[in-house]
Amino acid sequence: MTLYGRFDFDHIARWIQPGERVLDLGCGDGTLLKFLQQGKGIHGYGVELDPDNVTACIRNGVNVLQFDLERGLQGFEDDSFDHVIMSLSLQTVRHTVPLLKEMLRVGHEAVVSFPNFGYQPHREAIAAGRMPVSKHLPYQWYDSPNVRFFTIADFDALCAEQGIQVRELLAFANGQPVAGDPNLKGEVALYRLGRQGAASGG
Amino acid sequence: MTDPNSVGLVVPQTARFDQEIRLKSGACLPGFELVFETYGQLNAARSNAVLVCHALSGSHHVAGYYDAQQKKKTLGWWDNLVGPGKPLDTNKFFVVGVNNLGGCYGSTGPRSINPETGKPYGADFPLVTVEDWVEAQARLADRLGIGTWAAVIGGSLGGMQALQWTLAYPERVRHGIVIASAPRLSAQNIAFNEVARQAILSDPDFHGGHYYEHGVVPRNGLRLARMVGHITYLSDDQMAEKFGRQLRHGEHRFHYDVEFEIESYLRYQGDKFAEFFDANTYLLTTKALDYFDPAFDYGGDLRAALARARADFFVASFTTDWRFSPERSREIVYALLHNGRKVSYAEIDCDAGHDSFLLDAPHYHAALGAYLEGIAP
Repeated sequence: MTLYGRFDFDHIARWIQPGERVLDLGCGDGTLLKFLQQGKGIHGYGVELDPDNVTACIRNGVNVLQFDLERGLQGFEDDSFDHVIMSLSLQTVRHTVPLLKEMLRVGHEAVVSFPNFGYQPHREAIAAGRMPVSKHLPYQWYDSPNVRFFTIADFDALCAEQGIQVRELLAFANGQPVAGDPNLKGEVALYRLGRQGAASGG
Repeated sequence: MTDPNSVGLVVPQTARFDQEIRLKSGACLPGFELVFETYGQLNAARSNAVLVCHALSGSHHVAGYYDAQQKKKTLGWWDNLVGPGKPLDTNKFFVVGVNNLGGCYGSTGPRSINPETGKPYGADFPLVTVEDWVEAQARLADRLGIGTWAAVIGGSLGGMQALQWTLAYPERVRHGIVIASAPRLSAQNIAFNEVARQAILSDPDFHGGHYYEHGVVPRNGLRLARMVGHITYLSDDQMAEKFGRQLRHGEHRFHYDVEFEIESYLRYQGDKFAEFFDANTYLLTTKALDYFDPAFDYGGDLRAALARARADFFVASFTTDWRFSPERSREIVYALLHNGRKVSYAEIDCDAGHDSFLLDAPHYHAALGAYLEGIAP
């Protein structure tokens, strides 16, 4: 069992060294940062737009900054964080490429997770003529906060094209790591990313 | 009927300081008095004290009331925030409000008698700065036996004092709470202050600041100053919503008396203010605002200026505040991040412009209340 019921937290925590500076974009109520503060003694900051989540972060004892990610990270200095995390919200942001580049400007490494559109049951839904609705894509097409729909293969291609180094990829289904083809079997993808040519800090 | 969330009837106190205070300008006051109020109980560890710093027109009277028959009229200026069970909870915190040096609510200021002349200081009262205010407040803290504040909190000019506390006395402030404030005024801000000052200085009743001796006050100048100020404290949207182009008489009458409701409102606000506020205090307070710039001694580098701070911070701004815009608060936040300070920042959606910090928008008080709850000893 993982703490707080989020299966990916333990895997993310494994990539974080004790005492690191961590920035969590779209941090929600601050649960991940709280987990990392308690487990790893990190110096964490969350970015969150929703006011109720901002208050929840404060209640969780997490530093939170109410910034709009669509405005980018321009106020954050180069290399000011060891890890910049974006957990399950990359698909909700319109400016995907600039944001990924900003994450790797501000942080030595980026940790990104997203629901994989290429997951087999999703493909089957499309094959049957309907948009997929699942645990990690719980919305109907007309009320989804997601604005980008992409697969693990799409994301790999983007990283290659943009000079973003994929240092690790883990795929999960039903909260468990999957073996074999991640793009077919993975419901959620979790990436550790770095700058091309830079030393891996993993 | 007693309100369980009110600190109730309060009485101000006066502290006298006989040791001279050297001001940033180089001027010296041989001694001074500060009027203050306290709410709640200082705990045995003396670890629960919170200083509330006031803005341009505020005072030591933060919470509670002076007259049970006239509660509303004599209510403290931040009563919606401070009280039992309120966000700044007086069941947990010992809260101190103080009228600043140079003020007109009883602390030593231009209305006080200059011991050298036996007459009111008037224009001879030295210009005081945010740094001087913090210095005077520190002496009050010593007097009250408060070594370290749990928090220093303020909005607008009060936020500047909270920030200054964390720089002047890094070890004496655990949390700086800086609301609707800025690390320095913009040229536009100084320009508004200058218009306000010129309104007062050019009033024939000003008499070079020695109007007390003439038995008059520069009421018109003060009134104009407040009217200009008031425009900048509200948002365009809010003014449009509240007043729009509403006409007093439902028609254009082609004269200079009140026709549009916004004119009536501004005149009322100006008149009310000119009744009680001291013009010399207004002048010197706007100068204190203009001068405040902790980065000045660091070549304009705010990050370097804030390197001394040791406190944790809560910073808040309001989306419609164009006098102290969110961008200015973000500058503070980024400078604190640079220095590795713990900081939370709330950018609150509220349509009331700069004055939002005095209101109780739900997300504002929720975030601030959560922060304060988290730091209660």
